[in-house]
Amino acid sequence: MRRGIGPILLLLWLCVPLVQAVPSFWLTLADYAGISAIIAIGIVVLTGMGGITSFGQATFMGFGAYATALLTTQAGWSPWLTLPVAMAAAGLASLVIGAVTLRLSGHYLALGTIAWSVAFFYVFGNLDVLGRNDGISGIPPLRIGSTALLDSRSYYPVVWIAVGIVFLLTRNLLDSRIGRAIRALHGGAAAASSFGVGLAGMRMLAFAYAAVLAGLAGWLYAHMQRSVSPTPFGLNQGIEYLLLAVVGGLERLPGAVLGALVLTVVNDRLQDLLPLLFGSQGNYETIVFGFLLVLVLQTAPAGLWPLIVDRFSRHAAAHPGGGEPLPNRTLPQPGALVLQAEGLRKVFGGLVAVSDLSLELHAGEIVGLIGPNGAGKSTTFDLLTSVATPTSGAVHFLGASLSHRAGPAVARLGIARSFQHVKLVGGMSVLENVALGAHLRGRAGPIRAMLRLDRVEEARLFAEAHRQLARVGLAGLEALPARSLALGQQRVVEIARALCLDPVLLLLDEPAAGLRHAEKVELAALLRTLRDQGVTVLLVEHDMDFVMNLTDRLVVMNFGAKLAEGLPAVIGHNPAVIEAYLGSVA
Amino acid sequence: MDADIALILLQDGVVNGAVYALLALSLVLVFSVTRVILIPQGEFVAYGALTYAALDAGKVPGSIWMLGLLGVAACLAGLWSMRHHASRGAVLRLLAGTLLLPAVVIGVTLLLAGRAIGVAGEAVLTVLIVAPMAPYLYDIAFKPLAEASVLTLLIAAVGTHLALMGVGLVLFGPEGFRATAFSDAVLSIGSQTIQGQSIWVVASTATTMLALYLFFGFTLFGKALHATAVNRLGARLVGISTALSGRIAFGLAGVIGAMGGILVAPLTTVYYDSGFLIGLKGFVAAIVGGMVSYPLAALAAVLVGVVESFSTFWASAFKEVIVFTVILPVLLVRSLRSPVAEDEE
Repeated sequence: MRRGIGPILLLLWLCVPLVQAVPSFWLTLADYAGISAIIAIGIVVLTGMGGITSFGQATFMGFGAYATALLTTQAGWSPWLTLPVAMAAAGLASLVIGAVTLRLSGHYLALGTIAWSVAFFYVFGNLDVLGRNDGISGIPPLRIGSTALLDSRSYYPVVWIAVGIVFLLTRNLLDSRIGRAIRALHGGAAAASSFGVGLAGMRMLAFAYAAVLAGLAGWLYAHMQRSVSPTPFGLNQGIEYLLLAVVGGLERLPGAVLGALVLTVVNDRLQDLLPLLFGSQGNYETIVFGFLLVLVLQTAPAGLWPLIVDRFSRHAAAHPGGGEPLPNRTLPQPGALVLQAEGLRKVFGGLVAVSDLSLELHAGEIVGLIGPNGAGKSTTFDLLTSVATPTSGAVHFLGASLSHRAGPAVARLGIARSFQHVKLVGGMSVLENVALGAHLRGRAGPIRAMLRLDRVEEARLFAEAHRQLARVGLAGLEALPARSLALGQQRVVEIARALCLDPVLLLLDEPAAGLRHAEKVELAALLRTLRDQGVTVLLVEHDMDFVMNLTDRLVVMNFGAKLAEGLPAVIGHNPAVIEAYLGSVA
Repeated sequence: MDADIALILLQDGVVNGAVYALLALSLVLVFSVTRVILIPQGEFVAYGALTYAALDAGKVPGSIWMLGLLGVAACLAGLWSMRHHASRGAVLRLLAGTLLLPAVVIGVTLLLAGRAIGVAGEAVLTVLIVAPMAPYLYDIAFKPLAEASVLTLLIAAVGTHLALMGVGLVLFGPEGFRATAFSDAVLSIGSQTIQGQSIWVVASTATTMLALYLFFGFTLFGKALHATAVNRLGARLVGISTALSGRIAFGLAGVIGAMGGILVAPLTTVYYDSGFLIGLKGFVAAIVGGMVSYPLAALAAVLVGVVESFSTFWASAFKEVIVFTVILPVLLVRSLRSPVAEDEE
């Protein structure tokens, strides 16, 4: 959507209740839809961006609703004072539940959400203090001055202003350094980790953020209904919230609002129509809902919003970049020892992938790591970057041991890498993917991002991303989604991303694969420039012309062990190497 | 609590656990072959129990119409997927499987309902009515999504569960039903009495497990299924149809679900939405077993049953809470042992 239309639409939407001709029945529906939309926006962050499926968001809504119900009825607090408490209660619950379940992989976690959502439903329904299955009634209404917001017409602005604020803050969050890290959880987790993103922390952040939004929704719900009971916070409702996010479009914020509006209306109509059709009362709408969910997954897996809106326009957010250039780290003196691997060994079951490999890299040299397929080159890369833990042996980088350091810590030391199988976040723009490489060079957190206090830093990060993208020769492609690029270009984007880390050591896994001749020449020139600036480069490559002309030194591996090491010209005539590549000449 | 009560609770727990074990096995089976986490398993249990109870009461079960409807839908889905490469044989097979089979089952049911056909007859008829629904559902809902992620399949499974539960309400109404026991025999060992029904449940579970073991170990279909579970692409390359494997896995799940329902029907009153909680307890067991190990899942299921019956005694209101939080320590241990989860699968 074009900039500027959004706020105008919101203003018009907020004015709807002023039109007395709009029956309050429709306003009630709109209030419910708004509350659902807030939860669905949380699900977009959690599931659509973070790749974490939760069927239990209604439970967090319950935490928020019961928190305000208890405090206002028992302790006599003003509803406005309980708002932060309700959100905090949901957030706190998510931290505890998340600590137990968030490390699980996708479907375990999703099943876990089903389990604790069922468990909490019975907890809500059996605690005396929460009024058991009857719940808590007599919750005071919200008041503005002396006016109580009792009917749906007066409650409408509260709900939809909340939706507007949540929408805005969430959009800001997703369009930030932290937001890019969250978005990378889904499809680019390994890469994000090797550029300094703490995956566990980011997952927890997304989980807690969605829970806090659900807590807010619960607070709104409690003061609209003025009573709470366990049913609206059960598993079926949790499933419904996920459903409306899926229908609207899991990866698009406006989709959450659209899905909430559409399904709330559909739900209401069905509740009126189906009992007539079947001749008795009952939750018949679940039949249609279930059917709809499967149908949407089969025919429009991206949801309704992309289906409707992307037909007309699709503008990636522009990130011009600017401000002071980011400070660079001081590189070690040329020739200084940068990385030292001793006796590296990696065993997978019975297979020795890397066997007693020792390797030294010095500042300002380009070293090629070559060998036939299956020689253990990529495993060596993983060992040098702590992606894999060596069975034995140790790696020292600038004097510090890399053992027991996770990916982010290795990135902090200044080691950047590209991947043999490209790991870009397909849905993010090329520029945003590159900016992910500069994650560690910014420090703005989620709060600053939501309030847009991070703009100066963001501009500097994007300026750096622009610079590195231009450096690798891909200027002009910034706004395209990463998945639309050819594979060779995607590899080069990975190099730009690695450069954004401001690396001491650059590890490139087959950087020239899929490039045309002219592009290879440019890449070689770039790598030489980097070397002259003091960056150390280690690359795995199968293109022998490229390797022979570029590298200062070659290490040849075969069957996991080092076969030979030396100057390219010498290696080229080494009989053992020739045999390893071509077979014996006998 | 004295030893007698403890033994009674234990017996109760083992009997319920046996049913959960059946469901856990079928969940593991379906997941490993199709990557679908079969949330609607519980609906097959409820359909099974209510169909059996209706036959037991001499009524025509409403589920036959659902069978017919699903058959027609599966037929249409099949024809649609064959629209570019239909062969006469394939179309005939499809028509026989999706239209003729339900028609025969419906006819037989209408003919036999109300006549005394005995417990065994009713049980067989129930399985014939309920079990084919599962492969039809596979064709309609899951086959078109076969290449989607586990999470997408899970969301689709939840959708299927919602729809089936709603249909259950239409078919069986909101009232609960309970069937008469298979046998009135009561065994006395010391101060303990063991109900004939309990023996039936445990014995059926054991037999089913044995049958599954033989099926996977010694038949070509079983081995093909196992191959699909280990490596889908590899299985396809050597000529094993993943669609067929999926149908068989779902078919087995349907049989097991219907059986679970038949076994449960005399033990407790079953409502149209009872299946979900029963199925979820099978899940707890399957998750404890890591979704891959049959023996572990079965063992865990018995444990879930025992935990459930003891917590019914001590804190009956919090029974479900306790059962569903049993899963948390297991998840915690799992999460401490495994590295931070990657999203790629």
